[in-house]
Amino acid sequence: MGIANSKYVPNLIVFSETMQALAELDKDIMVVTSDSRGSGKLVPFGEQYPDQIVEVGIAEQNLVGMAAGLASMGKKAFAVSPACFLTARALEHVKNDVTYSDNPVKLIGISAGVSYGALGSTHHSLHDFAVLRAIHNITVVAPCDNFETTEAIKQAAEMDSPVYLRFGKKGMPTLNREFDPEFKIGKGRTIRQGENLTFIATGEAVLPCEEAADILEEKHGLKARVISMHTVKPLDKELILQAASNGQPIITAEEHSIHGGLGEAVASLLFQNGFRNKFKIVGLPDEYTVTGSQVEIFKHYGISGEGLMKTALHLCEPSNTVG
Amino acid sequence: MTNQELKLKSIEYRKKILKYIYHAKAGHTGGSLSCVDILNVLYNKVMNVSPANFDDPGRDRYVQSKGHSVEALYVVLADVGFFPEEDLLTLCRYKSPYIGHPTRKVRGMEQNTGALGHGLAICAGNALAAKKDNLPLNVYTLLGDGEMAEGSNWEAMMLAAHYKLDNLCAILDYNKQQITGANADVIGLEPLRQKVEAFGWAVKEVDGHDVEAMADLLNNAPFEEGKPSFLIAHTIKGKGVSFMEKVLKWHHGVPSPEQYELALSELDRELEKLTVQV
Repeated sequence: MGIANSKYVPNLIVFSETMQALAELDKDIMVVTSDSRGSGKLVPFGEQYPDQIVEVGIAEQNLVGMAAGLASMGKKAFAVSPACFLTARALEHVKNDVTYSDNPVKLIGISAGVSYGALGSTHHSLHDFAVLRAIHNITVVAPCDNFETTEAIKQAAEMDSPVYLRFGKKGMPTLNREFDPEFKIGKGRTIRQGENLTFIATGEAVLPCEEAADILEEKHGLKARVISMHTVKPLDKELILQAASNGQPIITAEEHSIHGGLGEAVASLLFQNGFRNKFKIVGLPDEYTVTGSQVEIFKHYGISGEGLMKTALHLCEPSNTVG
Repeated sequence: MTNQELKLKSIEYRKKILKYIYHAKAGHTGGSLSCVDILNVLYNKVMNVSPANFDDPGRDRYVQSKGHSVEALYVVLADVGFFPEEDLLTLCRYKSPYIGHPTRKVRGMEQNTGALGHGLAICAGNALAAKKDNLPLNVYTLLGDGEMAEGSNWEAMMLAAHYKLDNLCAILDYNKQQITGANADVIGLEPLRQKVEAFGWAVKEVDGHDVEAMADLLNNAPFEEGKPSFLIAHTIKGKGVSFMEKVLKWHHGVPSPEQYELALSELDRELEKLTVQV
C-alpha cells in the first residue's frame, strides 16, 4: 500500500505545529480564532506566541472581517474556525472582505467535511468547495496527508492572495511520495501509477482510494492510478486531461456534496475537452446526511476502500457504460 | 482650512453629487447629501491621508461601511486630488471603475464595500494591526443607521472595545431613514447611545452638518482613553435641497431636469449667502 509513513497524525496537529514554526520566524504571522483555539489545537501556539493570536469570540463574521483588516495592514492573517461555520455563516465576509477586496487572508477550515460526523449537518461542511469555486479570487486546497498539510500551509503563508485550506481531525498517514516528492499548490500529485483506471480524489478521500487500489490490484489484477487533487481550485487541468487520455474509467472521490465539488469540476473539464471516459463522482448525495463517525459516514456513502473498489469494478466491466 | 472654507466646500460638494448622479441617472442621493459634511471634515480637516501619502503604511484609514453613499466619497476624493473630477462623468457606465459602491479600482479607496455590516470589523483589524506595529494612525469608518441592524456591527463593537482600540472611530450618519421608511418604524434602533456605551465605546453626539463642531470633536478623539470612539452625527437625509430633505423617495431618486435646476439654484443661493457673510 502506498503509505510512506504509517504514523497516523491528524492534519490538525500538523497545522498547529507548522503555524508555530512559521510564527517563530515571522512576526507578521497572525492567527485569528473564534473560540476555536482548542478545536484548532492552537493552545500551545497561544502560549508561545501570545502577541500573534487574536481571539474574536464566537463571531465568525468578525473573525473574517478582522482577519481582512489585519491582512490589509500587511499581517499574514490565518482565520481559523470549523469549516462549517467559516464557509457558511461568514461567507459574505469571505466574498466581500477577503476575495473581492483582495485581502490575502488564509482561511483555515478545521474539522472539515464530516469530521464532526455525529454532530449533524450543522457541523458538516459539504458545501465549501461548491461555494468557494463560484467565488472569484480564492485558491481552495484540501491536503490529503501530513506532508501535503505542512507544505500547503507554508506555501499559503507566502501567497499574496486569499486561500482556503480545509482538513479533518482524524489521524492520517503520509502517503507515497515516490512519484511526486514535491508539493505545489495548483499541481496535483500522483500517489500511485496504474493504467486500468484513475481515482482523482482530494483531502481525506485520497486514502480510501489508495485502499481501493490495493484491493483492486491484489484481488482483481486491476491497476489503478491515484491522484491527490489537493487543489480544488484552480484545477490542475493538465494532469487530469493526461490521466483521461488513455480512455480508461475515472472515479472522483471527495468528502463533499456530489454537487459543485471536485467531481463536477473534473467532469466539466473532461466533457468540454471532448473526453467521454466512463466516469463516476463519489461523494455525499443530496440527502439528509447520515450521522456517525467520519469512517462510518465514508463507508455508508461508498467513500471507502471497499466501496470505491466496487465502483471501480462496476465501471471497468465493459458492459457497464455508466456509474 | 478655515471653517468658512469648509462650509463653502460642503455646498460645492452637494452640487457635484447632484451633477454626477443626474448625469449617471443613478445614485444614492439622499444618503450622499446627508453624509457629505462628515466626509468633508474627515478629508479636509481630520485625517492624515492624501494622494501623496496613500502608499504610506502610516496613513490614516477610512472605510465607508455604508458603501451606497459612494457619490459623496467620489466627489470628496476627486476634490482632494485622488483622481480628476471629470472621471465621474463615467459614473455607473459600462466598465467604469466608478461604480455604485467603493472599490479599490479607484485610487483613494481602502476597501471594497457595499454589503452592509462589513466596515467596522475590517477597521477593527486595521486598528489592531496598527497597535501591534506601534503605528500612530487612526482608523475611521462611516456607518449608516439602517445597517446598525446587521449583527456583525455589534460583534465588531464588542471586539473593538475588548481590544481597547482607541485608535478607531466610527461615525454614524444618523439621518433616521432607510429605504423602507423611518428607522423607528422598520426596526427600532433607540436608545442607541446607551446601547453603544453599554458595548464599551465612548460616545459623543453632534449635528452632522456642523462642520466646525465635528472637526473639533474628531480632532480630539479618542473621546476616552482606552475606548473606541463612536460619533453619532445627527443628519438630515437629502440635506441642502428643500424638496429632498427627509423625503423617502430620494433615497436613490434621480432628479428630473427641472428638479436638478431647482436644486442647483437652491444650493447657489446658499453659496451666495455664505460668500456675502465673508
